[in-house]
Amino acid sequence: MEDKKTLYTVSASPHAKNPSSAAGVMLDVIIALLPAGVMGTIVFGLKALAVIGVCVASAVAFEFLYTKLMKKSVTVGDLSAVVTGLLLAYNLPVDIPLWMCLIGSFVAIVVVKQFFGGLGQNFANPAITARIVLLVSFAGSMTKFADPKLPDAVTGATPLAVLGGAEGELPTLLQMLFGVKGGCIGEVSGAALLLGALYLLARRVISWRIPVAFIGSAAIFMLIYSKGDFEYTAYELLAGGLLLGALFMATDYTTSPINKTGKLVFGIGCGVLTCVIRLYGSLPEGVSYSILLMNILTPLIEKATMPKYFGKLKKKKTKEGKAA
Amino acid sequence: MAHTRTSALLKAVKKGKGGIHAPYHKITAELETVRMPAPEFVTLPMLQHIGAPCTPTVKKGDYVAVGQVVGDSDKFLSVPIHASVSGVVESVQDVKLANGTMAPAVVIRSDGEMKLFEGIEPPVVNNKEDLVKAIRASGLVGLGGAGFPSFVKLTVKDDKPIDTLVVNAAECEPYITVDYRECIENSWNIYSGVKALQELLQLQRVIIAVEDNKPEAIKVLKSIADKDDSVFVMGLKSRYPQGAEKMMVLSATGRVVPEGKLPADVGVIVMNVASVAFTARYLKLGKPLVSRSVTVSGDCIKNPMNVRVPIGTSLRDIVEFCGGFTEEPAKLICGGPMMGTAITSLDVPLLKSNNAVLALSAKNAGLKKETACIRCGRCHAACPMNLVPTNIEKYALKGDAETLAAMGTMVCMECGSCAYSCPAGKPLVQYMRLAKSIVKEAAKK
Repeated sequence: MEDKKTLYTVSASPHAKNPSSAAGVMLDVIIALLPAGVMGTIVFGLKALAVIGVCVASAVAFEFLYTKLMKKSVTVGDLSAVVTGLLLAYNLPVDIPLWMCLIGSFVAIVVVKQFFGGLGQNFANPAITARIVLLVSFAGSMTKFADPKLPDAVTGATPLAVLGGAEGELPTLLQMLFGVKGGCIGEVSGAALLLGALYLLARRVISWRIPVAFIGSAAIFMLIYSKGDFEYTAYELLAGGLLLGALFMATDYTTSPINKTGKLVFGIGCGVLTCVIRLYGSLPEGVSYSILLMNILTPLIEKATMPKYFGKLKKKKTKEGKAA
Repeated sequence: MAHTRTSALLKAVKKGKGGIHAPYHKITAELETVRMPAPEFVTLPMLQHIGAPCTPTVKKGDYVAVGQVVGDSDKFLSVPIHASVSGVVESVQDVKLANGTMAPAVVIRSDGEMKLFEGIEPPVVNNKEDLVKAIRASGLVGLGGAGFPSFVKLTVKDDKPIDTLVVNAAECEPYITVDYRECIENSWNIYSGVKALQELLQLQRVIIAVEDNKPEAIKVLKSIADKDDSVFVMGLKSRYPQGAEKMMVLSATGRVVPEGKLPADVGVIVMNVASVAFTARYLKLGKPLVSRSVTVSGDCIKNPMNVRVPIGTSLRDIVEFCGGFTEEPAKLICGGPMMGTAITSLDVPLLKSNNAVLALSAKNAGLKKETACIRCGRCHAACPMNLVPTNIEKYALKGDAETLAAMGTMVCMECGSCAYSCPAGKPLVQYMRLAKSIVKEAAKK
């Protein structure tokens, strides 16, 4: 007890913190993304694994190099670059040339994320923006979808293209759910994506609001459009990147609203825009564009849906008096 | 018409939003309160409450006895300070308090006899005016931690009728167990305090609210309340900050205290359970607030315990009474881990409002490395006031007072739930304080 002039730590309260960390949150997202990657590899073969590997490794490498070069603290340990790499790979067709993956990672990590200040500062989802950049730059490679390498698989055009009026045969709904269909690596199996999302919900990493609002509004839109055709609606929901987008891309913390109402507005916006683009636009798929558009609206949505704090008084009429 | 009821036990009327579930660490819960002998010196700062400081009424060399007034003020928002030991005034000097501010203080060298002041006699209290006067004279401040003069709370204005007294025994802060011990050891004092207040203030009902992780306290209080039609015991969900005044009013009565208002504005008085028990003792004996119970705990304290200590005892004497440290702590905290103050030295006096002294090792001291905000929204989810702390931080750094005010910054009670939940380890309470000071500055202009 002698006072040896011990220096005690002094800081603002609280003096207790829960053990969560940003890296822990990212790890949960990675775990949740694994089933979809495994299904992608089963459906499309080992080439899928190569695309995933290149995307993840290059995303981490770009993050490391950029922070080193800019003399910022190296933040690859927070695993956010791994998540971005995974999501990017999941949004690519399996036959994409690997050098295009590098361009994608560069755009995602350096241009979209680091140029705007790094983790938590980017206004658009890095993986989605990179996908869109690749899509407009290399439309051919980005829309050449391989056939599933599985017996009984339907080959030819992707379900989304068929729904859009292209020649071809639709897989059964069950095949759609488990991924026996054409498409991007991570989006083929709705069941795997749902499994991952359930994990994130159970771990309270994401809330139900954005996915439910996204998928729900898309379902309602499609039901109305098809005059109550449930089968058609189910195909639309399971086709393309809708589930991947709704469960893993639209729920990105940085680029979606924090508050509850804002999340619902954001999700509904994504769902409606996706349907509008799919049904009335010239593109077969609208998930990426709709999420990107809503990303940009996020600050405005947050401002418009500021949560009512405890005990907030109703607005007084003094403002009108001032204006007069 | 006599109404009957089956049980005195109530359930919460409404559930508050947010909050957190921190480990309880209530390791001293089953340890009976130990009375600490008079220390060699006590230091009685003239500012131990929210409000105006007192002026010393004694000078160096004066002999004082326990309960004698040593400082008082003629300002409204103030309560007198009483000698907590008998002895001679050693000096009247400025001292540093736990929160870092300086205040004049009366230092008394104890003669070890704890002789009671001769002028002490039970107050004559026949109506609510007498009560308010007596409670002011007793020097009572909220013993739960805030240190607000209690007589102000009990000043019932005719245009703001009060129907409910909520006795706050939630004790939602980790580690602290003094209120729990009060319930177990002094339940009859609590009850007689309740009855005295109820009668004098003409209150329809009294709700004693306890978190449901203290079933023993609920049982004891219920057995007493069962015999009384207007006294209820309420088990609240254990969720920090359940004991915060506004949360308490919501849970117990379903009423929302509007921003900038007090519980009295919605017809409720909230009093800490130890304050109620003290009120009962004071009305009976007339002995002012000269000692209080304090939990000395944490993984670096040799013998964690609940101690009854004379006000003004140095924290060093208290920790030494508990066997000192097992290892050098990383953090010393005056108060609970969620809202207490980290202190640089044990050489500060115990104030009326201090309910705990904690010594924590690095692994328990909430030393989390700060990383970038990922906008996960957990601070918002945890906020009982439904604020968005991470956005408030952003506007605070910009100095945008208008937006900060619109976001409800001023209702923040600094409970720390946001910072506790933050995966990025951000010092959000610090940012909230910055934001509040920006709003206050702007309002002055």
